[in-house]
Amino acid sequence: MNVPLLQTSGLTIRFGGVTAVDQVDFTLEEAELRCLIGPNGAGKSTFFKLLTGQLRPTEGHVHLRGRDISGARPHEIARQGVGIKTQVPNVFNAMTVQDNLWIAARHKHTPAFATDLTDKILTDLRLTQIANKEVGQLAHGQRQWVEIGTVLAGEPELILLDEPAAGMTHEEVERTADLIQEINKSRALVVVEHDMQFIKMIAKTVTVLHQGAVLIEDDVARVLEDARVRDVYLGKGLAA
Amino acid sequence: MHQLNGMTGALIGSAIVAIAILTAPLYVDLFQIMQLTVFAAMAVLALSLGFIWGYGGILCFGQTSFFGLGAYAYAVAAINFGDSTPAIALAILIPVIFAALLGYFMIYGGISDVYLGVITLTVSLILFNLVNSTAGDFYKIGDARLGGFNGIPGVPTFNLPGNSGYILSPEQAWMVTGIALILVYLGLRVLIASSFGRIIIAIRENETRAALLGYDPRIYKLITFMIGGAIAGFAGALYVNWGAFVSPTIFALGLSAQIIIWVIIGGRGTLIGPVIGCLLLQWLVTEIGAQQALDANFILGAILIVFVLLVPKGIAPTLRDLVMARLARDKPMTADTTTVKVKT
Repeated sequence: MNVPLLQTSGLTIRFGGVTAVDQVDFTLEEAELRCLIGPNGAGKSTFFKLLTGQLRPTEGHVHLRGRDISGARPHEIARQGVGIKTQVPNVFNAMTVQDNLWIAARHKHTPAFATDLTDKILTDLRLTQIANKEVGQLAHGQRQWVEIGTVLAGEPELILLDEPAAGMTHEEVERTADLIQEINKSRALVVVEHDMQFIKMIAKTVTVLHQGAVLIEDDVARVLEDARVRDVYLGKGLAA
Repeated sequence: MHQLNGMTGALIGSAIVAIAILTAPLYVDLFQIMQLTVFAAMAVLALSLGFIWGYGGILCFGQTSFFGLGAYAYAVAAINFGDSTPAIALAILIPVIFAALLGYFMIYGGISDVYLGVITLTVSLILFNLVNSTAGDFYKIGDARLGGFNGIPGVPTFNLPGNSGYILSPEQAWMVTGIALILVYLGLRVLIASSFGRIIIAIRENETRAALLGYDPRIYKLITFMIGGAIAGFAGALYVNWGAFVSPTIFALGLSAQIIIWVIIGGRGTLIGPVIGCLLLQWLVTEIGAQQALDANFILGAILIVFVLLVPKGIAPTLRDLVMARLARDKPMTADTTTVKVKT
């Protein structure tokens, strides 16, 4: 058995009396594409923050290729090859699209190579038209793309995408789904999303979080048919 | 491309100003030369805050700490060595070490921006009180008596490097100060256009994103803070060279506030802005000081309020936007490509 790319064991974080992420054991293999769903407040974004070091776990561990990264700082985890698109886009607003990507590419590469890589990603993501626009002036959907581009420019081996399709038009959602499958040819991804149409487009295995804990983890078709999943999404299971 | 064009512009502008500085003694009288010298020294100080606040996003309310430390370091060293060259080096080195220590505890301690402002202001007041209470023979470093609130008079001014017998004339001191201002400005321009500069701007824009890309924001902020300390300390040496005198008022609240006003009025996020703001306001304060009807602080306060309300970006960015809007209107077809990379 190979060492998994990402493994969490008993991962827990409490804020006062609230347990936002509760004993989560999560395993992601190399080059896997996993979707993470769950109702609002299920702990999906908090889980991502634990993986990227934005929050420190109260208990439990995160292992990246067998190396313990729990409690490490965000920049240290990023250097280990984890890239994230956050739920609320974290971009450099007063900078151009091009500069946003360049800063990301520059971390691993020389300035000249970073410029080439930036141009390549701008072309791949069809952002060349707006390359010289300030990111702060773009529409939400475009900002999402810029942030995805920024993540790609950092060349991570594991990519976490928190609601990548939010605020996008139908056509943009389809392009995002294509892009995710394209990225997945070479890299592993975990995608958090609410849009079930989108999930159906990309998902193989789906993990459902509910009240901070893993409710079910299975093939996408079975998960979407599961009565408990429907209950938590429709609110019936709240008392459970 | 655009950055290169911007740099060419800065070089041409700097060359013109340099010629004006070098030829000024031919058509400006000595009194005005002396005035301009202190203005230029203060403009270097303004640049130090303009850099760390405008580009590093660090609002340091106590930039005078480094300015004053540089001034005192220069004065003490110049008196002891009898040579200005090592004294200038110390006037940069000591504030840098102090900035490294202070910055380390604040930045690595995770102090938020507001508290950073409060702490740096407090530190400058502590230094003020500390130096103020060093009157008497007991407080001396080598041959230099610190002199408490009386300060240190008769500080040796700049001499030719390697020839401590050749003291610069006021005209030569003006040229050195003016050229130093240009060199600091150009040096910062180069720094900002470098990878380091672009990264610190990115951290200013979004520290979380920078960290998630693998940059440690703390080390970049600390280095930025130290560069600011170095420049402020150097400005301190230029200031003492102007007056041959330093007193604790150099650490006082009034100057700390003025530097911030220079940057706000000139324009944060530019380098030329703080220089313009500094020169303009110092000239204004001097003019007001020549008459009795109006109080200088009253006018400064009024100007600050007017700017914050009506010209919040400051002089330089507002002028730049006007020029850009004009260019965009004249050439509507290329509007998108001409409005990029306008940050200086």
